[in-house]
Amino acid sequence: MSTPTAPEWMIEARGLARTFKTRTGPVEAVRGVDFQVAAGEIVGFLGPNGAGKTTTQRMLATLLTPTAGEARVAGADLRTAPAEVRRRIGYVAQGGMTNWDASVNEELSTQAQLYGISKTDALARAKRLCGELDLADLGERLVKTLSGGQKRRLDIALGLVHAPRLVFLDEPSTGLDPHSRANLWAHIRGLRDREGAAVFLTTHYLDEADALCDRILIIDHGRIVAEGSPDALKRRIAGDVVTLQLPGSRSEESTVQSETSEPVPDAELERARTLLTGQPGVREVVLIPGGVRVTVERGDAQALGLMRALDAAGIAVSSISVARPSLDDVFLTVTGRSLRDAGGGAS
Amino acid sequence: MTVLRDALIVFRYQLRLLLRGPVWIVIGLVQPLLYLALFGPLLEPLSKTPGFPPGNAWQVFVPGLLIQLGIFGSMFVGFGLIAEIRAGVVERMRVTPASRFALLLGRVLRDVLVLMVQATLLTLVSMGFGLRVTVGGALVTLVIVALLGVALSSLSYAAGMKLKSEDALAPLLNMISVPVLLLSGILLPMTLAPRWLYNLSRINPFSHVVDGARAAFRDDLNLPSLGAGLIAAFLLAAFGLWLATRTFQRETM
Repeated sequence: MSTPTAPEWMIEARGLARTFKTRTGPVEAVRGVDFQVAAGEIVGFLGPNGAGKTTTQRMLATLLTPTAGEARVAGADLRTAPAEVRRRIGYVAQGGMTNWDASVNEELSTQAQLYGISKTDALARAKRLCGELDLADLGERLVKTLSGGQKRRLDIALGLVHAPRLVFLDEPSTGLDPHSRANLWAHIRGLRDREGAAVFLTTHYLDEADALCDRILIIDHGRIVAEGSPDALKRRIAGDVVTLQLPGSRSEESTVQSETSEPVPDAELERARTLLTGQPGVREVVLIPGGVRVTVERGDAQALGLMRALDAAGIAVSSISVARPSLDDVFLTVTGRSLRDAGGGAS
Repeated sequence: MTVLRDALIVFRYQLRLLLRGPVWIVIGLVQPLLYLALFGPLLEPLSKTPGFPPGNAWQVFVPGLLIQLGIFGSMFVGFGLIAEIRAGVVERMRVTPASRFALLLGRVLRDVLVLMVQATLLTLVSMGFGLRVTVGGALVTLVIVALLGVALSSLSYAAGMKLKSEDALAPLLNMISVPVLLLSGILLPMTLAPRWLYNLSRINPFSHVVDGARAAFRDDLNLPSLGAGLIAAFLLAAFGLWLATRTFQRETM
């Protein structure tokens, strides 16, 4: 059993790196990553395409030999005991893992048998997994007749046939419709909550990382550039944004309709800025048309205090809004690029 | 033996998949049958030519056809592997603790079983055309064909694993198969060839395999050419398995 003081690491990677030789010269796909994943934790690798997510996962799953660094995976050494690592982990690849012409049961029981499970037990496990992953009654169906969501759940079932304590999922929900995604997320949480398994997944979807992960590692150009829980990352890197509008300010409609509406005097805005900059927990105050934008650590807790401070100084407030930054803001702050832009450009 | 157990799991899996679309087994057999019916009769008058090896025309021709079946029936299996690589099935099996050799062997065993069924049928049909062969001679030839099947399946899998693209595998196989076929004496015995061509054919291990199979069909079980054929087939099989196992063990994807 793990104790809080000595967590049981499912992954401990130190300086893991991989360089590919290509015709145009060496490409450093992963440039030395260090991180840990604890038992029973869902950790996500977030980054654009080509950031090194899949390469890192394939190294940890024994499919690719690292050019440098070392790792212990599920308690076994990656370099000296790859067979032991394979026995203890499950791996679900990005592009699917099934044969068009095979049946669901054939796939599951064959895979289970390759993990050393007897034929009878393999069939029993196939049946149980089908039940858990909403594939019940599909056992005799051929893979080619399954829907996209069913096929993806079969991929995941294939990675779970031997009840591994660590599961790698490479872009688990790519290509799925919103309903199937939500359903898949529930199953992935179930792995942690029911089986106590650690899940290490890659994704380039911010919402997926946000909704699913206990902890996120942001990777870009083969390096981990930030790490933390989704909330902590958002707070630490970007902070919450409180926007305060002062009365008489031009609303968006009024800018279009009439230029005559009363603008907020610049002196008033300046006064608000000076006042707010001195408040505890305030990181930055930026003037915007007709108001101020204040970056604070905890927007929900501090917004009211900011309003009161202005009120006490005789500055009226017409509206207030609090926005948590998205992971995209985090990514932008850390890498200087938006994740959406980065995803298109890298290969 | 876990290697054997794992190989049998892969063998059963691959066999079931094949039996789901058995049309390929039939297509593989139709070609040699066409040769038998449409090319075989041309050899009967030729068998009186000086330089034609001993035995009647069918005893010379059918062993060649069986070897041809062994080569061409097996050398295209790499295409199936490439399709499986693309589907992610190969990687999914590589991430299990099963030995890489077992993942190869299971596939090769499936191919050899199919080949044996085809070769047996071809031999039986040939007897209808007038082939005379002893049971012993036919069995020894089947062993030779099986060894060839091991060699060619393995090499094709190795090439498929390495190239991972049908567009690269097809020209490679074409480039190799034509000289191998022409220099093996499969269709017409090399004893009919001019001296230089005959000597050139001796470099080709497949020509020894063909001679060995012909000796077996004549029931010359003590002939040196039978021994040479068996040894050549065995060495080819060993080389193929060694090379393919190496390719399967290396991280290639």
